[in-house]
Amino acid sequence: MTEDMVDLVVTSAPHVRKKIKTSQIMRDVLIALVPATVGGLYFFGIGHTLGVIIVAVLSTILAEYLGNLIFRKKSTLWDFSSGVTGLLLALVLPPSSPYWMVVVGAFSAIFIGKIIFGGIGSNPFNPALVGRAVLMVSWPTFMTTWLKPFYWKIGSQSLDAITSATPLNIVKLQSYSALIQQFGSKIALYKVLFIGNVGGCIGETSALLLLIGGIYLLVKKVIDWRIPFTYIISVFVFSFIFGRDPLFSILAGGLFLGAFFMATDYSSSPVTPRGKIIFGIFIGFVTVIIRRFSSYPEGIMFSILLGNAFVTYFDRFKPHIYGVFAKNGGKT
Amino acid sequence: MKLFTYSPGGTEIEEEKWTKDKPFVKLPPPSIAVIPLSQHTGAPNVPAVKIGDHVKIGMVIGSTSAPVSAPVHASVSGDVIAIEDRLCPAGNKIQSIIIKNDFKEEEAEFEHVDSIENFTPEELIKKIRDAGIVGLGGAAFPTSIKLSPPKNKVIETVIGNGAECEAYLTTDYRVMIEFPDEIINGILIELKILNAKRGIIAVEDNKTDAADLLAKKIAERNLEDKIEVVLLKTKYPQGGEKQLIKAVLGREVPSGGLPLDVGTVVQNVGTLKAISEAIFYGKPLIERGITISGTAIKNPGNYIVRIGTQVSEIIDKVGGLNKKLRKLVFGGPMTGVAQSSLEVPVLKGTSGILFFGEESLEMAPEEESPCIRCASCVDSCPIGLLPIFLDHAYRRNDMKLAESLYAVDCIECGACSFVCPAKRHLTENIKKAKQSILKQRKIEAAKQAAFEKLKQKRLQEAKEKEAKK
Repeated sequence: MTEDMVDLVVTSAPHVRKKIKTSQIMRDVLIALVPATVGGLYFFGIGHTLGVIIVAVLSTILAEYLGNLIFRKKSTLWDFSSGVTGLLLALVLPPSSPYWMVVVGAFSAIFIGKIIFGGIGSNPFNPALVGRAVLMVSWPTFMTTWLKPFYWKIGSQSLDAITSATPLNIVKLQSYSALIQQFGSKIALYKVLFIGNVGGCIGETSALLLLIGGIYLLVKKVIDWRIPFTYIISVFVFSFIFGRDPLFSILAGGLFLGAFFMATDYSSSPVTPRGKIIFGIFIGFVTVIIRRFSSYPEGIMFSILLGNAFVTYFDRFKPHIYGVFAKNGGKT
Repeated sequence: MKLFTYSPGGTEIEEEKWTKDKPFVKLPPPSIAVIPLSQHTGAPNVPAVKIGDHVKIGMVIGSTSAPVSAPVHASVSGDVIAIEDRLCPAGNKIQSIIIKNDFKEEEAEFEHVDSIENFTPEELIKKIRDAGIVGLGGAAFPTSIKLSPPKNKVIETVIGNGAECEAYLTTDYRVMIEFPDEIINGILIELKILNAKRGIIAVEDNKTDAADLLAKKIAERNLEDKIEVVLLKTKYPQGGEKQLIKAVLGREVPSGGLPLDVGTVVQNVGTLKAISEAIFYGKPLIERGITISGTAIKNPGNYIVRIGTQVSEIIDKVGGLNKKLRKLVFGGPMTGVAQSSLEVPVLKGTSGILFFGEESLEMAPEEESPCIRCASCVDSCPIGLLPIFLDHAYRRNDMKLAESLYAVDCIECGACSFVCPAKRHLTENIKKAKQSILKQRKIEAAKQAAFEKLKQKRLQEAKEKEAKK
């Protein structure tokens, strides 16, 4: 045996790692968002809607790039996380959003939401929702103008003709019975909300398409079932308690998008299993409170951001530690 | 059949058990045997031979009267040419006896017995100790000590550990396939020593053939009321002592405690075979089964190797390397120790030696990317620790925090590092934190002891002064 056959490196165990990378996880999230994105384009037209999505994604990537430059960080472009933030932001914007506003939202998301905290993994709040929150408080009119699905088929070009209030808006401003009347029956309403043929943000209207993406993430084990499951159940239960139609409450608005894609954001959600369950219940509760008692009809965004703020506390609910609390001869 | 497992935690790993169907082959004895005097957890041995002494196979060449220890024996016949510190697989230098093989294969006399009926537990324990048996699963704890629990502890169950949850390693599997009777004998011996009622042999369900064979042998010998075979779910680290006990008995070993605290003793199947051979043939632990595998070795397989054989000789004897060797690992890929030299000997606790080429640097990249808080590490921890926060604590050098997160309960299985998509060195950092905490505790204890001593002295002095007055 010759000397040049051996050149040993010494590293610490384990000497083998699972073949998974951060970029793969982010890619899976992008794949999971495809149905909802395509749905958004289908309902709200390829033209401007596609523009909003492209502008959002490119702006977040540019913002990430600039952020890396300014803070002299190693390039994090190829983990695709900024692209995910961009797409998520686009999906929670109204289809009629002006491009300049999308750019402001994207830069807010990356700079205020992510980079200043240290970049990927360090952001305490969901960056896409931070971006949306900035736009929501800055340009509430733009943020609450909802195009009707297939608005271009309506002959008239007047704003009143092609826009409508979202179902949750109608409930807030008028009443639930008025909403049902508008759709004919409860079943018809459920159906429309499930399919997504209704006014709202680009990617939030179709519970079905979001569910497909969510199931993909669950199967791929990218996300844990605990947060989306407890969040949706929590909204269901508390809506019932506060005298709202529970099924309508979970189908309407951006709950499925929030539950599967926003609340599960790794950086801004708890890591412990029990923490995740409490987090889900908490944000569900806050969502219902906002919808019921505040002037905002929606509540997903603020509830998740509020939940994000308490993640450190939710993480105190630690898992059972082997042997530490063992009593009775170790029987568990 | 019911599948036993522990929960939560653990991970699936790629098994890579290429050598599963390769029967044990006896490797020719080495020309030089390097036999470290301390190959077990516990007190080191002192040399029982001098330079120039002639030794036969099986002769004691190192021993000590300290209770937690196991003597070492010559694995070849020949002359002692040196007694010096040598690099060992754990990375430290240990005083070793170097024997030059004369290839005469002279054996010391081994005492054969046909039945254990007439032996007392104490006699059996002494035989096991004299044979130098230690746990062959890797921890190398002296078996005689494991089999001598304090009088107030009642042992109900003996568990034979045939889980072999590490990737690549097939040593335990081959032992179960080729030596099922010896394993059963080993269990019977332990049951007698411990006065325990129940023997369980636990096997992962990727080795059902081994489990079936053991069950068949048990049935043939009408031992079904004493020993049963249970199947475990294939999951890493199912073979960890604590996880195994939880899976099989549904009990948790208390933190800082031992399996005997929950009325059980766990023994690797290879150790059970060695116990059987020690009792029935008087054979000391001079050789053991080892899996030689990895991408850089020409003929992966299972080999019976003499203790003290150096890796350089093993490579030659199994047919050489087929590419540049970049990583040499003693043990399995999850918990094994990477080596810096080929001049390290096989020890009693060596279950496998893995040879990897350039691709090993890809298999476990050094470069970390930022933690994304995905919680994979939390979900993978079989103890229920929070590797992510332990890692943070270590990086901030906050050992108080690490201690409050139970760093010392880490079993160093490597699951957290394995699953991490950011390739963070979690296990490594938790291990370091754990060592630092244990060291600090030792220092504190020493300080406390010194303080107590001083206090006693002062009190004594004060008393004497009082008396003088």
